[in-house]
Amino acid sequence: MTLIDNSSFIVAALAILVFPIIGFTINGLLAKSIKEPTSGWIATLSVGFSFLAAVYLFFGLPADSYFTVDLFQWIAFGETTISFGLMVDALTVTMLLVITGIGMLIHMYSISYMHGDEGFTRFFTYLNMFVFFMLVLVMGSNYLIMFIGWEGVGLCSYLLIGFWFKKSAYNDAAKKAFVMNRVGDLGYLLAIFLMLFYFGTLDYSGVMVAAQEYTAINGNTIVTAVAILLFVGAMGKSAQLPLSTWLPDAMAGPTPVSALIHAATMVTAGIYMVVRSNVIYALAPVAMDLVLVAGVLTCVYGAVIGLMQNDIKKVLAYSTVSQLGLMFAALGLGAFSSGMFHVVTHAFFKALLFLGAGSVIHALSNEQDMRFMGGLSKSLKTTYTTVLIGSLAIAGIFPFAGFFSKDEILAFAFEENLAVWIILSASAVLTAFYMFRLIYLTFSGEYRGDEETKKKIHESPALMTIPLWVLAGFSIVIGFIGMPEGLGFTHAFKNYLAAVTNPGTEILNLDPHAHSVALELILIGLAMGLAVAAILYARKKYVTDKQLPHKEGEKLPAFQHAVYNKFYLDELYDNTIVKPIRFFSDKAFVWFDKNVLDIMVSGSAQLTKAGGNSLRLLQNGNTGFYLFLMVSGTILLFIIRLLVK
Amino acid sequence: MILLLLFIPLIAAAAVWLVGNKLASRIALIGSVFQLILTFVVYLQYKNNEVFYFFQEWIATPKISFHLAADGLSIAMLLLTNFLVPLIILSGFNREINNARSYFALILGMQFALVGVFLAMDGLLYYIFWELALIPVYFIALIWGGADRVKVTLKFFIYTLAGSLFMLLGFIALYWYNPGQSFDIRELYRLSEVVSPEVQSWLFWAFFIAFAIKIPIVPFHTWQADTYQQAPTQATMLLSGIMLKMATYSLMRWLLPILPEGVAQWGPFALGLCVFGIVYASIIAIMQKDLKRLFAYSSVAHVGLISAGIFTLTTVGLQGSVVQMLAHGVNVVGLFLCADIILNRTKTNDIASLGGIRSVAPKFNTLFLIVVLASIALPLTNGFIGEFMLLFGIYTYNIWAAVFAGLTIILGAVYMLRMFQNTMLGETKASTKVFEDLKWNEWAVLGIIAVVIFVMGLYPKIILDLTAPSIDAILNQAIIK
Repeated sequence: MTLIDNSSFIVAALAILVFPIIGFTINGLLAKSIKEPTSGWIATLSVGFSFLAAVYLFFGLPADSYFTVDLFQWIAFGETTISFGLMVDALTVTMLLVITGIGMLIHMYSISYMHGDEGFTRFFTYLNMFVFFMLVLVMGSNYLIMFIGWEGVGLCSYLLIGFWFKKSAYNDAAKKAFVMNRVGDLGYLLAIFLMLFYFGTLDYSGVMVAAQEYTAINGNTIVTAVAILLFVGAMGKSAQLPLSTWLPDAMAGPTPVSALIHAATMVTAGIYMVVRSNVIYALAPVAMDLVLVAGVLTCVYGAVIGLMQNDIKKVLAYSTVSQLGLMFAALGLGAFSSGMFHVVTHAFFKALLFLGAGSVIHALSNEQDMRFMGGLSKSLKTTYTTVLIGSLAIAGIFPFAGFFSKDEILAFAFEENLAVWIILSASAVLTAFYMFRLIYLTFSGEYRGDEETKKKIHESPALMTIPLWVLAGFSIVIGFIGMPEGLGFTHAFKNYLAAVTNPGTEILNLDPHAHSVALELILIGLAMGLAVAAILYARKKYVTDKQLPHKEGEKLPAFQHAVYNKFYLDELYDNTIVKPIRFFSDKAFVWFDKNVLDIMVSGSAQLTKAGGNSLRLLQNGNTGFYLFLMVSGTILLFIIRLLVK
Repeated sequence: MILLLLFIPLIAAAAVWLVGNKLASRIALIGSVFQLILTFVVYLQYKNNEVFYFFQEWIATPKISFHLAADGLSIAMLLLTNFLVPLIILSGFNREINNARSYFALILGMQFALVGVFLAMDGLLYYIFWELALIPVYFIALIWGGADRVKVTLKFFIYTLAGSLFMLLGFIALYWYNPGQSFDIRELYRLSEVVSPEVQSWLFWAFFIAFAIKIPIVPFHTWQADTYQQAPTQATMLLSGIMLKMATYSLMRWLLPILPEGVAQWGPFALGLCVFGIVYASIIAIMQKDLKRLFAYSSVAHVGLISAGIFTLTTVGLQGSVVQMLAHGVNVVGLFLCADIILNRTKTNDIASLGGIRSVAPKFNTLFLIVVLASIALPLTNGFIGEFMLLFGIYTYNIWAAVFAGLTIILGAVYMLRMFQNTMLGETKASTKVFEDLKWNEWAVLGIIAVVIFVMGLYPKIILDLTAPSIDAILNQAIIK
């Protein structure tokens, strides 16, 4: 990594941050006078300008270089200083392009999607604020600046999940997301304390050096603790087990929010953070194993629950949980750049799927239950085609984007850990199945909703379909930036990130003895074959046999019942954590306060009173008055003293 | 200069009382703003290495002197006090207050005592100001308070007064042990080697109880929620915003440096008590039904953290606690103003009967949310800097204490967001259907608070640089080599 000093890069970096603030400020201050769609365009353009600056950095900044911007000293005490600084390298630029590029498209889509909402302008101020914090998260030069972004996006997520604040269920979902993220954030903070204490710095470059030096002398206990605690933070933000239950509830927010925050960008912050800290993780095998186990479990957990969801957005939400698990599994195996690669491809096709789902919901007057959809392929041609592309991409069908990134992770798993490979492959099969279950239930067969809604079905306007097409285009081609090395191709994306991920990879010293072309082809064939089989099975079940999901209240076999109820995780937390705390809050501690602590105080007062009663005849004023006199007296004395002298 | 700083509030109080009820609030505001400007001048001059000091023999036996001085720590506390008092006065505009001249004169009288506490460098002089501060707020609460005011304020008064008497005994004992026979802080600082560890152990409790009641640290907190609920808003603001900082300030100024052996023995216990109190009060706050009571318990949690930071005896812990004292002071005044605004419009602070205010009062909603976010320590707000430094200080002391205290960032989010959701979000209810958005004075106060929240959150160095030398000096004295 070489440090570059280039003032035009610095200007570009600052511009990237400043544009969304400008949009936020204009829309925030002039909320009353700006009408739709103007505020939407202001917001879209501000992110668009950031995107242009990010593109400039992408072409200008060599992949093996980075630059920093030190703005000012933020917090300083004793020997420690934490600066308010930015750092941009290839990993940052990758995230910048995803955030601003996809962000801009989703802003644009929202102009039409949010049409007529009374909070139209407010929506765009929040969206700009989100983009700003997300950019801070990836551009910070140390862990505390990342934490600003980290909590900032959490706040925006809270505001946007509860955007329709009159519905209390939505507010509950927003609060739940914030609080569960705070659980993770405590882990993150403790990791920061450890780093500050043992490494004396929070700067990425400083920490990476210090971590290696410290570990060389004292062993890796501290580094392991740091890695695990950071991962606790990632569990919260990226909805990994056991902190996963907030993400499906977060679907209460408007659909563009789900696409931007809860699919493409914010939830991948955990992956970004682990990749950013790859040296720390590489030094801590135990933490790597933890990341792997959590990732694999979450991957299969999300996929299984996705099978039984009937709300179109919930299917996608569990799918996101599952795909994030897959990314963490890759990181846990040491495939840092493969994990990032999947972040990128997933951002495109999952944003596409959510926006497509939004288009369906929009057409059906806010119906989200797939049991009341069906047969929409004719009336919603664009939506259908683009969602189909997205589904093929996530199912891992060649040549769509997901094929490349998913295959790369699976191939890596095959080399490193066969059990992991089997579970991840099985999850991939489930993914293909539930996605096509979604496709068939939504778009095939006969329409199952009411007549009223049917009359109003219409394809979405251009402002919504253009982003769909653009994302669909990328979902087809973006995979080619990461062609399999096993087949002799150059992996452009991996090379681009090499300078960032190499320090960790070198410590791990994994030498994936490049398997033969034949084996690589067999693996690819197997994965594709299974995916196609899953799709065909879904087709048989939902198109040929015209099966429908069970109705509310219908009896289910025990396992399916458990899946439908998301393995009762919410109930478990409710009974083991929420209710006991409420009990302590409302009953136990309050009782203790009143009947133990306070009685002690008033008890001693009673005692004094009894004694005082006998002396009472001597005096009859109140204590305050006496004290008042006493103090005024002393002041008077003093003043007299001064004057006399 | 330093005398001017001390006596302006007293003069202003007299002026307010003389001009009568009509002009009282305006004259009070002018006086307090003038005091604020003067404080800024002092701050700037201090940065230019000017020394603020006044010494005058007062009483020969026992030797008590009128010794005032302002170092960085004192100036930080003065900035807090003199910044908040004008806001507190301004928040009383547009409210019907009987006998306004006495009301505002008492507020300024309180300011006089508070400034005195932060400047006094003679033990007994300090004690006089300390007790003096209790009187105006006692009368404000007693005369202008809610239905239960008589019982509640009496309890508050007796409880804190009783605590302070221990401190008086402590000072007398110190005087006794002092070969120089004086209460002067410079001499008291030299006592640490004269007074035996056993005696310091007892003396620690004499001071600690006085401070612990005033702060309050659990289990000495039972006066607080009732008082905050019953006292009129301005009194609650004075109590929570500034008065309790007298006690946390005093831990640093008087307890740590004078009784290092006592602190060494009991500090860990005190820290444990503080940390326990953070979680205990946070949990109670979750299910509170009354806004002001909820803020009271949240305040107990916050000041628990502040005090815990002090007992870590680390630079970062003490620095963090100063930052958090200022941050908490500003934020809690904001919170109680919000509660007052709601009470003023709906006649209730009962959370269950509120809701939906956001739809009818968007400006109020935005500013209230900013204060809430600051009090749950979101980065870029003042609350984050303080909490971050305090938790790190506690971490360097003991990692498990930090984990336990760190629960505050989760629990704080739980009770604050629950409160915010139930009062501001959802559908409007009968009590909130008609809700006038912010009046100009409320808008000004909350707006200024919001600005300060972000300025302190983005550039806390103003305070860190100001107080660093004083804190080094205190720690130098407080840590046994």
